[in-house]
Amino acid sequence: MSVKSDNFFMDSVKDAAAGGLIALALFAVLIGMKAEVASGLGGQLGIVYRWGAVAVAVAIVFGGRLLLNLFVWKADTPVTQTAGSLLPNLQSFAPLGKYAMPIFLVLAVVLPFLLMSAYGARGSRQYLDLAILVTTYVMLGWGLNIVVGLAGLLDLGYVAFYAVGAYSYALLAEYFGFSFWICLPLAGILAAFWGIILGFPVLRLRGDYLAIVTLAFGEIIRVVLLNWYEFTGGPDGISGIPRPSFFGIEFTRGEGGFADTFGLEFSSIHRIIFLYYLILLMALITNFVTMRLRKLPVGRAWEALREDEIACRSLGINTTNTKLTAFALGAMFGGFAGSFFATRQGFISPESFTFIESAVILAIVVLGGLGSQIGVVIAAIVMIGGFEFFRGLEEYRMLVFGLLMVIIMVWKPRGLISTRNPSITLSGKKGKGISSDLVQEGHG
Amino acid sequence: MSSWDNNPVLTIEHLTMRFGGLVAVDNLSFNVGRGDITALIGPNGAGKTTVFNCVTGFYKPTEGRVVMNRSNGEHYLLERMPDFQISARAKVARTFQNIRLFGGMTLLENLMVAQHNPLMLASGYSVAGIFGLSSFRSAEREAVEKARYWLEKTALIDRADAPAADLPYGDQRRLEIARAMCSGPELLCLDEPAAGLNPKESAELNALLQYIRKEHDTSILLIEHDMSVVMEISDHVVVLDYGEKISDGTAPEVKDDPKVIAAYLGVPDEEVDAVEEEVGL
Repeated sequence: MSVKSDNFFMDSVKDAAAGGLIALALFAVLIGMKAEVASGLGGQLGIVYRWGAVAVAVAIVFGGRLLLNLFVWKADTPVTQTAGSLLPNLQSFAPLGKYAMPIFLVLAVVLPFLLMSAYGARGSRQYLDLAILVTTYVMLGWGLNIVVGLAGLLDLGYVAFYAVGAYSYALLAEYFGFSFWICLPLAGILAAFWGIILGFPVLRLRGDYLAIVTLAFGEIIRVVLLNWYEFTGGPDGISGIPRPSFFGIEFTRGEGGFADTFGLEFSSIHRIIFLYYLILLMALITNFVTMRLRKLPVGRAWEALREDEIACRSLGINTTNTKLTAFALGAMFGGFAGSFFATRQGFISPESFTFIESAVILAIVVLGGLGSQIGVVIAAIVMIGGFEFFRGLEEYRMLVFGLLMVIIMVWKPRGLISTRNPSITLSGKKGKGISSDLVQEGHG
Repeated sequence: MSSWDNNPVLTIEHLTMRFGGLVAVDNLSFNVGRGDITALIGPNGAGKTTVFNCVTGFYKPTEGRVVMNRSNGEHYLLERMPDFQISARAKVARTFQNIRLFGGMTLLENLMVAQHNPLMLASGYSVAGIFGLSSFRSAEREAVEKARYWLEKTALIDRADAPAADLPYGDQRRLEIARAMCSGPELLCLDEPAAGLNPKESAELNALLQYIRKEHDTSILLIEHDMSVVMEISDHVVVLDYGEKISDGTAPEVKDDPKVIAAYLGVPDEEVDAVEEEVGL
């Protein structure tokens, strides 16, 4: 035993020393010597030696490699294995899943009052703003989930429809003076229309090609908005977008305002709470429609399309139309969310609709688990909430964010909630979830 | 004039399919009789699956005509129709050589997808369905009953709510047939339905195909290598070799055709008898 452990230790040290030697060779040049314009020498180039830093770097490599050798690579029971078993597995979440939906819903409905009682009207505002932001992303995630999660079409330019929705409202309000409640459906319809316009030529492409074209479409919309100065205001954006009214009653101080009509004391928080409930309602409608469609023939056709397109066609399903409906519906919900975004901000510019937004929404859908509605909620809370929460860490939050992504990808490569529930069962009961190993991700 | 020429459900006339310089199917003509089980056989690479793909619209033939004669008197020129309409309107269903099921969906869902078009109509193109109108719900119940019927017929009812990819191979083959039948076809095209089945499963398949033909006004066109299936159940056998038809007739006629024997075995006559016994011809 002692012989083996001696060998084991010596081997580890030797291996670590070899690593250290390589590190020395590399870092001696990379870190150890630095070309600098020495001011004392009249602007001549000189070399500054930093052997202390090299020693530290080599020591880190040596120590790190030694520890990894001792505890992970050469150990009988790697530490990672023990750590891995500490992470909860899917089964332990199963009972939670049953109650997750109602718990989330109740929490979402009472959230403003909870916050108000905890922090007061003034203190709760920032948290409510964050809740509105998260809910907007939940809605966008649910909208994109139709396209990516159900129909299996990889859309990297989803933010284009968000932009179409936002600009539809802003421009209609600016040029025609339409109110939010008229513009909301119009924005959705226009976004769906653009979804179809994009979809017709593009949906015969598959996989990576579709992803690239949708990505390009997202950029085209942004660039047009940026450069059509006379119409959209270009980089200046559009300001003074009318705020939403409570079905005609404005949130203003004094006579005829919301507070006056309902006999409340005026507070600016009323509008924030109203906005929160508005986006919550819109998101829930998105969810309701999606869940309903999943149980209808069109929803089943989307999922069948994700599984096998050729088989779909052999069964008489018009795949082009089916893809178009998915694309148009996803775009429509994106448009609704966009017009909400415009009315909440009161100011929009093309800067709000960059590719990173598409990437974040897609990341929410993928991390949550393709096709899973509750997964999108969790992912949106973690990603958007976490992003805002760690604002104090400044640039390090990107590091935390990346680490989080890596952990999820290792721990649950198919997203947080990766089981698929059958849309219909013969027994009439809620069916057993289908493991994600069997479910296809779609090929575009 | 044979019985299949009197009232054919499918007429293939001068079908030619070229892929660049390769002639996969060359001037092929034959009829599929109504209510018959027609087998399309031939050595590997003879162009059987290409014929299937032309019939079901996955390929557009270079030349020739494929006519589907439905029992209500309508005629469809299949070579001019998009593939999904061939199933939806001309009522030709097919299965695939490499099984194409919706693996992540349950058996019942697979069969519901096959009834997409009538259900879509009943759900008012989803509008009525979203509001849960009763007309859609009754249509859905009927669709489930139809699915249940075919699951019972294919002995898969116990696993109706299990994912299709979890089924053993033989069951997947049967599910694919059940799925094709759920789309209500008048002509069922089966691409090697017995491939990979054991003798018992193969016998069950024969019984199932006989049942479909007898009870459901459905003619069957099948590609098969398993001669026990072909010889036992087919009324009409068409033999292809290098894209050309070399024999056409009843099973016993084809079996004794020297051209067929030569195409399959490619050996001098004196050795034919020995090999013939081996393959059970």
